[in-house]
Amino acid sequence: MTDMLDDDMTQAHTDLFSKFDPLIEMRRDLLSTGVTDPFGLVMERVISPTVAICNGRETILLGTYNYMGMTFDPDVIVAGKQALDDFGSGTTGSRVLNGTYAGHKAVEQALCEFYGMDHAMVFSTGYQANLGIISTIAGKGDYIVLDIDSHASIWDGCKMGDAEVVPFKHNDIEAMEKRLRRIPEGAGKLVVLEGVYSMLGDIAPLKEMIAIAKKYGAMVLVDEAHSMGFIGPNGRGVAEEQGCLDDVDFVIGTFSKSVGTVGGFCVSNHPKFEIMRLVCRPYVFTASLPPSVVATACTSIRKLMHAGEKRAHLWENSKTLHKGLRDAGFQIGTEEPQSAIISVIMPDLERGAAMWEALLHEGLYVNLARPPATPANMTLLRCSLCAEHSAAQVQQIIGMFTRAGKATGIIG
Amino acid sequence: MDREETSARITALIEPFNKKDVAITDATRFTDDLEFDSLTVMDFVAAIEDEFDIIISMNQQAEIENYGQLVDAVTKLQG
Repeated sequence: MTDMLDDDMTQAHTDLFSKFDPLIEMRRDLLSTGVTDPFGLVMERVISPTVAICNGRETILLGTYNYMGMTFDPDVIVAGKQALDDFGSGTTGSRVLNGTYAGHKAVEQALCEFYGMDHAMVFSTGYQANLGIISTIAGKGDYIVLDIDSHASIWDGCKMGDAEVVPFKHNDIEAMEKRLRRIPEGAGKLVVLEGVYSMLGDIAPLKEMIAIAKKYGAMVLVDEAHSMGFIGPNGRGVAEEQGCLDDVDFVIGTFSKSVGTVGGFCVSNHPKFEIMRLVCRPYVFTASLPPSVVATACTSIRKLMHAGEKRAHLWENSKTLHKGLRDAGFQIGTEEPQSAIISVIMPDLERGAAMWEALLHEGLYVNLARPPATPANMTLLRCSLCAEHSAAQVQQIIGMFTRAGKATGIIG
Repeated sequence: MDREETSARITALIEPFNKKDVAITDATRFTDDLEFDSLTVMDFVAAIEDEFDIIISMNQQAEIENYGQLVDAVTKLQG
């Protein structure tokens, strides 16, 4: 055993923050060029789902994931205010103790109806939904086979559980099958896929992939965060669009995109699904969503069931922006528009940040995405369209991109 | 397959990823010496998995830092 230190002695101090030095330096270098901090923007006022005041300037919002524009829907607002009056500002408790109100049951019922599934479980965030479900169902000795471009919440769910984690190349059906084939016989298998991958806005060939997963006896979880409300005849997502939703064991989704508030969920037809409420730690050991949030979510989800016209307009917006930016000379993440995300590929982080700032000065907000969040170390200007963007706004956006692109030398 | 044969096959697989022609010994580290980034690691692991028809899970990869450890792991995984 080591001796205790004498009273007059101290050991050398190791700063636990030194591991962040490379990132601190990279940030300092970027900001020293005089560019506005792309990760420090403040929305001073929000006028509508598509317009806010940033730095005193009216700004078109093109990076909010507010796909269906439900954040200012009058029915949604009324429902939220009523719940504040009737149930108070928060539940101060876990779903399994004092934190389940009538509104939590009502939104779970709305989700069951929206997806046509037997069970729905609402989490406090979408991140926790992936974290909780994946880490709980895939345990020691089980195998998780997942796409390498999966969202951070999926990776963290894998890390929190004890399963063997086996990634495969993005959207590569053959690479996925090879890995499934090599898993020892008798082991539990979970295949994790996303409907829309949010960095490039591309979709997965779910029909083919799920058929193979089932052939090898795997259970399938699909994260439809970026497709809910928009893709598929009823807005149920890419699996519905491709006709394979019945073969998905678990759909993960979020309230923080098309639904327009915050929260996450899992829907499933698994007969034993309800046991999750007792064994899933990110569900049990956190406070439930405030009553106003579940009331707005419930109203929004029910309205999204009948939003065919908005879906059609959003597709039009997506197609127009994709074509407009391509014709202007920008490099886009997908050959064809596949979702409401149009991702513009920048040559490097410095020019990406300069372009981002030039767009902000034009009065346009988009997301700057950079490594390590991006595939292949790309720097991206990620645009997410809204059903409330007018056709005129989309033309305005194309004009802003063209001017900013020329000013920064990204297009000729 | 013994360790020597496994090593010979892995050496051949490493070549296209060894951009700076670093001399490979058991002590050669993938991130520090060969400067593999996460994408290179994924492609390299996939090449080895295909060659030997095995799975090297992320959990197992976390334990492998240098060439010698990789050869040991692949030798063992082939049973």
